[in-house]
Amino acid sequence: MGKRVGTYTVQFDRPVLIRGRGSAVGQEEGKGPLGGYFDQIAQDAMWGQDSFEKAEKRFFMEAAKKAVESAGLGLKDIHYLLGGDLLNQIISASYSARDLDIPFLGLYGACSSMAESLCIGSMLIDGGFAQNILCATSSHFATAERQFRYPLELGTPKPPTGQDTVTGAGATVISAEQGDLEVKSVTVGRVVDFGIKDANNMGAAMAPAAVQTILSNLEDLNADPGYYDAIITGDLGIFGSDILLDLAGKNNVDLSGVHKDCGKMIFEGMDKNCGASGCGCGASVLNAYFFKKMLDGDLQRILFVATGALLSPTSVQQGESIPSIAHAVHIERRAGK
Amino acid sequence: MNIKKKQEIGNYNEYVKETMPKSHTFSSCIKAFLVGGLICTIGQGVSDIGKNLLKLDEKGTAAFTCIVLIFFGALLTGLGIYDVIGKFAGAGSIVPITGFANSMVSPALEYKREGYVLGVGAKLFTIAGPVLVYGISTSVLVGLIYFILNALGVIQL
Repeated sequence: MGKRVGTYTVQFDRPVLIRGRGSAVGQEEGKGPLGGYFDQIAQDAMWGQDSFEKAEKRFFMEAAKKAVESAGLGLKDIHYLLGGDLLNQIISASYSARDLDIPFLGLYGACSSMAESLCIGSMLIDGGFAQNILCATSSHFATAERQFRYPLELGTPKPPTGQDTVTGAGATVISAEQGDLEVKSVTVGRVVDFGIKDANNMGAAMAPAAVQTILSNLEDLNADPGYYDAIITGDLGIFGSDILLDLAGKNNVDLSGVHKDCGKMIFEGMDKNCGASGCGCGASVLNAYFFKKMLDGDLQRILFVATGALLSPTSVQQGESIPSIAHAVHIERRAGK
Repeated sequence: MNIKKKQEIGNYNEYVKETMPKSHTFSSCIKAFLVGGLICTIGQGVSDIGKNLLKLDEKGTAAFTCIVLIFFGALLTGLGIYDVIGKFAGAGSIVPITGFANSMVSPALEYKREGYVLGVGAKLFTIAGPVLVYGISTSVLVGLIYFILNALGVIQL
């Protein structure tokens, strides 16, 4: 078991490289401060399709195709597609897999799915089971609203802790062959439940899971938060990020200097309550913005920690608390690149 | 590493409740009052038109007002304006009868894609259903109590 470090972390001894990246987002996300980084911005929420579900699938497809293209590969060169989304039976991913015709492992980790697919994909590459793997996740404001909340046109205000699901998708091609960024280690998270029952307060439900996974990773690698140039959470939002820093501080770890949150960044300066959420949030921001910053040399080493709230509309209605999970992916810029 | 469960479940919930961003109750009430009041004033205007211009009787005026307000609630929902008003006004646009129209039309729009039977037909009342169930049940209950008290001579019609 030479690859295991500490209690929860896996370190790769073969190169697991980031070869391609793609992102596609909705109009609203395109208007945000990160708008210039995304590969594609849809002109509207339907994106030429006749249902929101089909539109979400198009986001997934566009991001996936862009990632494969930017890797300089064809779809036939991809050995596995790993991914998921928020919809029942992960239809966006499955329908995309049908059209992409790549061997498919569907994953559900709610909004942690991007980190989950990168964890598993990296292990498959390191194990020698595949040369190139496509990891992709998507979410859509309109499909998530109808599944988890109310009809779109219903005139109810969101509470101040509410977050808006990102319309968009992100995809990464990881490879054993080439790439300037390298996945060095991953920490698979455990499910944490601190008893939050309010589905409009996902940040508070997920923050403890993020803290636990980040602390596990740091402890396993015997590192300080300063080891990373950035510790990036997926969609804790504004309030969830505050809790993260506070909880980490109570465990004597100061994350304030390195912590970034995709859910906070994507809608920064826009009137969106606590920010953004969704599988597409962390996935699109990681691929469009953070990988770009790393390739430019602005960041050398990051820890991407996507968090997921593992609830269902049924469990919420039955008054169950919200279990949450977070997975961490440690990515470095390769020396001399 | 286990994060310290110093903050046990009850504690954590309390901590979250204390630190979470709060609704601005006072300004929300003002907004709701203004928008709700405006809708009701428009309703009064419609009612006056029915009474004075169209010379409707009392029942006719009430029905006329309801129909006009529901029409505009539905129309604004269809045009995607009512939810914008709702985000600003909160209860101010939910409580008046236009809010009821919004709660019927928005699922109709939303679930049209699942077809007219299992979509619109089955889900039309997802929001308004509970209001109807408990509204009608309560009125039946109150009517029953009224009937009994009346029969016993406790109150007189």
